[in-house]
Amino acid sequence: MIEKSINLIIDNINVCVPEGTTILEAARKANIDIPTLCFLKEINEIGDCRMCIVEVEGRRGFATSCITKAEEGMVVHTNSSAIIQARRTILDLIISNHHMECLTCVRDGNCELQDLAKKFNMKEIMFDGEKIDYEIDDKSPSIVKDLNKCVLCRRCVGACKKVQEIGAIDSMNRGFESCVSTANGLSLNDVDCTFCGQCIEACPVGALREKDNTEEVWAKIRDDEVYTVVQTAPAVRAALGEEFGMPIGTDVEGKMVSALRAIGFNKVFDTNTGADFTIMEEANEFIERIQNGGVMPMMTSCCPAWIRFAEKNFPDQLDHLSSCKSPHEMFGAVIKSYYAQKFNIPAEKVFVVSVMPCVAKKYEAVRPEMENDGLRNVDAVITTRELARMIKQANIDFVEIEDSKFDDPMGEATGAAAIFGTTGGVMEAALRTAADALEGRDIGEVNYEAVRGEAGIKRATVNIAGRAIRVVVASGLKNARKIMNEIKDGKADYDFVEIMACPGGCVMGGGQPIKSSKIRSKVDVRKQRANSLYSIDAKSAIRKSHKNPVVQEIYNEFFEKPGAEKAHKYLHTEYSKQNKYFM
Amino acid sequence: MGKTITEIEEIRKYKRAELDLRVNTAANTREKHILVCQGTGCTSSKSPKIAEKLEKMIREKNIDNVRIVKTGCFGLCSKGPIIIIRPEDTFYSLVTLDDVEEIIESHIINGKVVERLLCKDISGTVVNKLDELPFYKKQMRIALKNCGVINPEDIDEYIAFDGFKALENVLTSMSQDEVIDEISKSGLRGRGGAGFPTGKKWAFVKMAQGDQKYVVCNADEGDPGAFMDRSILEGDPHSLLEAMAIAAYSVGANKGYIYVRAEYPIAVQRLKIAIEQEREYGILGENIFGTNFSFDIEIRLGAGAFVCGEETALLESVEGKRGQPRTKPPFPANVGLFQKPTLINNVETYANITRIILNGADWYSSIGTETSKGTKVFALGGNVNNVGLVEVPMGTTLREIIYDIGGGIPNKREFKAAQTGGPSGGCIPKEHLDTKIDYESLAQIGSMMGSGGLIVMDDTKCMVNIARFYLDFTVSESCGKCTPCRIGTKRLLEILQKICDGKGVPEDLEKLEKLANDVKKSAVCGLGQTAPNPVLSTMKYFRDEYKAHVVEHNCEAKECKAMAKIMIDPEKCKGCDLCKKVCPVNAISGEIKEIHTIDQNKCIKCRSCMAKCPFKAIG
Repeated sequence: MIEKSINLIIDNINVCVPEGTTILEAARKANIDIPTLCFLKEINEIGDCRMCIVEVEGRRGFATSCITKAEEGMVVHTNSSAIIQARRTILDLIISNHHMECLTCVRDGNCELQDLAKKFNMKEIMFDGEKIDYEIDDKSPSIVKDLNKCVLCRRCVGACKKVQEIGAIDSMNRGFESCVSTANGLSLNDVDCTFCGQCIEACPVGALREKDNTEEVWAKIRDDEVYTVVQTAPAVRAALGEEFGMPIGTDVEGKMVSALRAIGFNKVFDTNTGADFTIMEEANEFIERIQNGGVMPMMTSCCPAWIRFAEKNFPDQLDHLSSCKSPHEMFGAVIKSYYAQKFNIPAEKVFVVSVMPCVAKKYEAVRPEMENDGLRNVDAVITTRELARMIKQANIDFVEIEDSKFDDPMGEATGAAAIFGTTGGVMEAALRTAADALEGRDIGEVNYEAVRGEAGIKRATVNIAGRAIRVVVASGLKNARKIMNEIKDGKADYDFVEIMACPGGCVMGGGQPIKSSKIRSKVDVRKQRANSLYSIDAKSAIRKSHKNPVVQEIYNEFFEKPGAEKAHKYLHTEYSKQNKYFM
Repeated sequence: MGKTITEIEEIRKYKRAELDLRVNTAANTREKHILVCQGTGCTSSKSPKIAEKLEKMIREKNIDNVRIVKTGCFGLCSKGPIIIIRPEDTFYSLVTLDDVEEIIESHIINGKVVERLLCKDISGTVVNKLDELPFYKKQMRIALKNCGVINPEDIDEYIAFDGFKALENVLTSMSQDEVIDEISKSGLRGRGGAGFPTGKKWAFVKMAQGDQKYVVCNADEGDPGAFMDRSILEGDPHSLLEAMAIAAYSVGANKGYIYVRAEYPIAVQRLKIAIEQEREYGILGENIFGTNFSFDIEIRLGAGAFVCGEETALLESVEGKRGQPRTKPPFPANVGLFQKPTLINNVETYANITRIILNGADWYSSIGTETSKGTKVFALGGNVNNVGLVEVPMGTTLREIIYDIGGGIPNKREFKAAQTGGPSGGCIPKEHLDTKIDYESLAQIGSMMGSGGLIVMDDTKCMVNIARFYLDFTVSESCGKCTPCRIGTKRLLEILQKICDGKGVPEDLEKLEKLANDVKKSAVCGLGQTAPNPVLSTMKYFRDEYKAHVVEHNCEAKECKAMAKIMIDPEKCKGCDLCKKVCPVNAISGEIKEIHTIDQNKCIKCRSCMAKCPFKAIG
């Protein structure tokens, strides 16, 4: 079909756009930057905040440019005096109902409301008035909801309800008392929220934020009695640089390691090594299920938001889930058992900190079953954003700091582990190992292109050792639910399923640097961060988990082999039904 | 099985003959019908009990020529419960249970009118008949034609007065376009408030592409003090259902929804009965009157949110979602209920349709003004003698409605302003009393037609406080979706409250005006866009009053308590000292037999002294 083009005039500029383009998009094409607040491309297009209003000649009232489609011959004014006056009033009203705690706000410097206030040169608030005092919800280990800063843009609702199709939060009450709420105003901890954190990524202000664990981590670092070990997830290195003004997707692994060392951790290890363990165990479990007629399909279990989702929504399907702990939990268990024993460090003095692109990992770390020998596998989880803050607090010039390498021996990882951070990566890594195992030789093949790319659901059939393995990769909980329903209804014939809760996988996790609506409209953030991981993989000398010499050594010395009794004790877990709501 | 057109015609003939005495005062019959209003107003004054007692007495006394008929509203609600006896048309008002016996004994048995229950006109003359009441003289009943005439729970009575004749005509002899043309030519405009040409709306829906279309009736009448639609639903539900069927045929829909407030239980009940009866007669359902046209209607109850009267919020609510407006365009005609092309009209608009079809567009368009045709029903309330429901031709002046029909202002007070359009409308001052009411003229003077609320205010009303009152309403009814309405109306209210509290400063007036104008232009839906109207119109016409509030901190009407100065009139004070004794804060000084004074700094405006003063010297 030939796309119809529409010609319109915006601020005296002739613009030609395909039919269906909004005035906002058309204006941006003409380099006219209409301010927005509630707009978040494809996630929240509701025209509620009214910041993007424009004048369309011949139309009564103002038009909402973010949702009004361009029409042939339209004449649009985006910056008339009337428009600027009205926008200023609207902004004034929004600010009048916002608890301004900018200096102590986690979003200071990365706040869309602050940017608007600057843009409009707001010197004082004309329409000051009553503000409602809300109790801050910080009961969950992952997410803090602070309605005192909420601007009712509902971008979080779009992320939760439309993108993830969870709907843990939505509009409640009416008029001035409207707020974004869970059912009955319960804590996020006590509802069907999965802690994926996509709401945090969507929030233009500081109303939704991660539970900050940096103070606790600082305290342990400063305590000489404590042996602090930090590990970093694959996706962190692909995004951390953004917090220091570096281009999206810059691989800052070396700088990150140096910074962590400068911060004062006793050891800086790589969760990627843990990911190699996960592949060893998961591939083994998969082969066992195939060979022994286990419950199929098998589903990955690296993502805690996905686990919480499954436990709350599909309690009868939990035997599909791999019993493998996630990489950082496995790695924490390895550090406090094998590593502590080998290097004569009292395990109870070891404090494992995981740097994760994720807020659900904070929740995972406090799940009761995540411990061995009376010790937590992981003691604290901080997000990419929190790490950036710690680096700044430690007076480290991140951009200039020299690269360095992870500490031995737990810094050795494969390319397979690196791609864990993006959708399809776990599947691809598992296939590399499972294929060699099933074939009984190194088949050479490492790239499984069919499971790469941005699609929310990717289905493929892979031929290994003469058998067709049907795999599916889903990212985003909306897609996870689709796959689960297929399985539940007996309509699926998959062998292996990879699920990541965040659309695009961990590179787009709820703990990653927050990108403004404007950047998200312009740039494919997921692709740039994912490319960074794929290039780490491509450059790696070893690209299959079972070839990791450190992993091999630890199996030889400690776990014996994948799936062995000791491996089970430290590297596996179990799941149980969770109520959707706790009243 | 449903009834054929011939069978309906038979019902119409014999039933019309039977009910002739309802509309013909000269009917030659010994039959009498005692019509007892069962509208919400009279019902709340125990009219169902009155009807019950009347029935009981007739049974007990073996009176065989009298029938008790439970009808819809007669309109003159302030005089309820109302009873009318036909064919002689005797109009009894403020009837109580205790009056029933006398009505039966005196009027029915002895043929003697119970004079003490008759109405009086302004001059105090007793009026016997409904037709002679000044309240009804200037009225013209089109939408309310059957209200107070038929028993709304009896489909045959509706049929008797040309019921379903319009639908028969439409289905058997008119094309879709012909119907739409007729409606267009009639000049009928939406009675819900905005006044969009009805025929045009129907044409848009007909033209819209879609495998499924819907017709919806907006019966979510939410303006404070408005009850036009309620009366139609209660008094003549079939006329609405018939009109919806005609609309559905014209636009190509086969399914209708009536969205009615749950706070209208009587209306809901009568609608349910009417729908059941029509299904039984085959007037709703498959192949109506043996044609290819099929249509059915479902009722959806609104839970009391004012914003659900806004058409797109209403559609969201019908779909089971949170009642919040959608951004237009797209309009419901193209993307409406369940994303399908949808015709949505208000109750009163539909109530005009059958009359237009039966009497013709030319007849209809001969009534009214250049741009606004037909009649408009108003719920007349406030400081006016005859509170009730009136239907007048477009172009009637406010003065006629308030003074001729409404009987003027009670308690010898002066007219100050009339508020039309509810919370979306404005206040009209006395210099515009002679404005001929239509959509354009009301908009020109800063108000709007709205759904038809008309509240009269006398000179004891403070216009700043009135604006505050309406804003208080919109603030609590805002859905909270868009910034200007959610926060803007709240801030408007806060400024108005500050002024009413006597803390206003002159700059507040500029702020109010600026904010009101910005909210008006930038809010998403009709609610927010019109919410500032009460502020803007009162500021336009009563600016001096606002100024007095913020400059002198004086509320002339003394409604704003914080500013009200309680003073002792030295001319009237006798120095009895009673006020001084009753004052709880010792704010009054003065020796016995000397003039007393109040220290304004101490006074807490409790008004105890006012109540105590035997000489009415304090005010």
